Amino acid sequence: MSADGCGAPAGGAPVSAATDAGTQAVVQGRVTQNGAAVPVGYARLLNAGGEFVAEVPLGADGGFRFFAAPGSWTLRVLAPGNVRAERTVSADTGKITELEVAV
Amino acid sequence: MSRSDVLVDADWVEAHASDPGVVLVEVDEDTSAYDKGHIRNAVKIDWKADLQDPVRRDFVDKAGFEALLSERGISNDDTVVLYGGNNNWFAAYAYWYFRLYGHRGVKLLDGGRKKWELESRELVTDVPQRAKTSYQAREQDSSIRAFRDEVISAIGEDNLVDVRSPDEFSGRLLAPAHLPQEQAQRGGHIPTAKNIPWSKAAEEDGTFRSDDALRTLYGDAGVDYSRDTIAYCRIGERSAHTWFVLHELLGQPNVKNYDGSWTEYGSLVGVPIEVGDGK
Repeated sequence: MSADGCGAPAGGAPVSAATDAGTQAVVQGRVTQNGAAVPVGYARLLNAGGEFVAEVPLGADGGFRFFAAPGSWTLRVLAPGNVRAERTVSADTGKITELEVAV
Repeated sequence: MSRSDVLVDADWVEAHASDPGVVLVEVDEDTSAYDKGHIRNAVKIDWKADLQDPVRRDFVDKAGFEALLSERGISNDDTVVLYGGNNNWFAAYAYWYFRLYGHRGVKLLDGGRKKWELESRELVTDVPQRAKTSYQAREQDSSIRAFRDEVISAIGEDNLVDVRSPDEFSGRLLAPAHLPQEQAQRGGHIPTAKNIPWSKAAEEDGTFRSDDALRTLYGDAGVDYSRDTIAYCRIGERSAHTWFVLHELLGQPNVKNYDGSWTEYGSLVGVPIEVGDGK
């Protein structure tokens, strides 16, 4: 992932230290179906007004990660077979908020 | 120019991917997506390694573009069908780039890689072998590329369309929310710009909305169709998506993409910046 690009790598860009969000408000997690990872699909982050903010393709482990701002967000998952799921989530600076989304 | 001249759907690609004179090209920033699986017969273009100058912040020059297309086996007469991830951002950027260097037969796969994947269509790992060509590019078409001085002159005069998310526009975020937020430039937007996020032009599956919906979207957000327009984002690929909508789908003349975008403008000394939500 190049620092000067704008693209969303599968699973989301890495956090520099996995246990430390630093100054970021990280929302991350994993999408599963019957306990198994969903490796093909998309996670979309919507703001409190329901407007689209960002999207990443799911990683091979069903993972996704966003660098949000503090506040309330909606996470929407799209996967093949018309699979749709939605969760609301609250993000805080310096914190990694974890979500497990079973579809 | 109409929608059918510049867009194809997945069924068309499945029917024509092997036709002589048709070249499918996947364009991504993260090219590992192509390596894991791509549409049969598609070659890849790396947004950064293939299209950007390795030293200066600029595009590869005409000779570099000619060498790239020749090496990929693309001829001047081929119809190039571009698709990619990120709702076709980088494919739209490459589309603009192909137009910039004068390629005539170029189209986007509506919905890009996302719709294709969500419909569980075939992806393969075989890399097609194409014979080399002798591609001849034209000089850059400056009528579709904006530079910073034109952007500053356009403040309060022409349509400036900031296609980033509302949080980036207001200055609350400096990059899309799927990326870390440490950036060198200041936050905010170019004064008088209208914030019309690229995503409003796309359906959830990545396809473009209807012409009527698009015309209403930009008109209602304050774009004056009788004036010239410059679109920008952070580095110029999301705004290539909006350039495609305004120039190719809606047929607006005099629409330019400012590829310097916020990473250039937000780092300039002395230029005006507005922060907060749109006016």
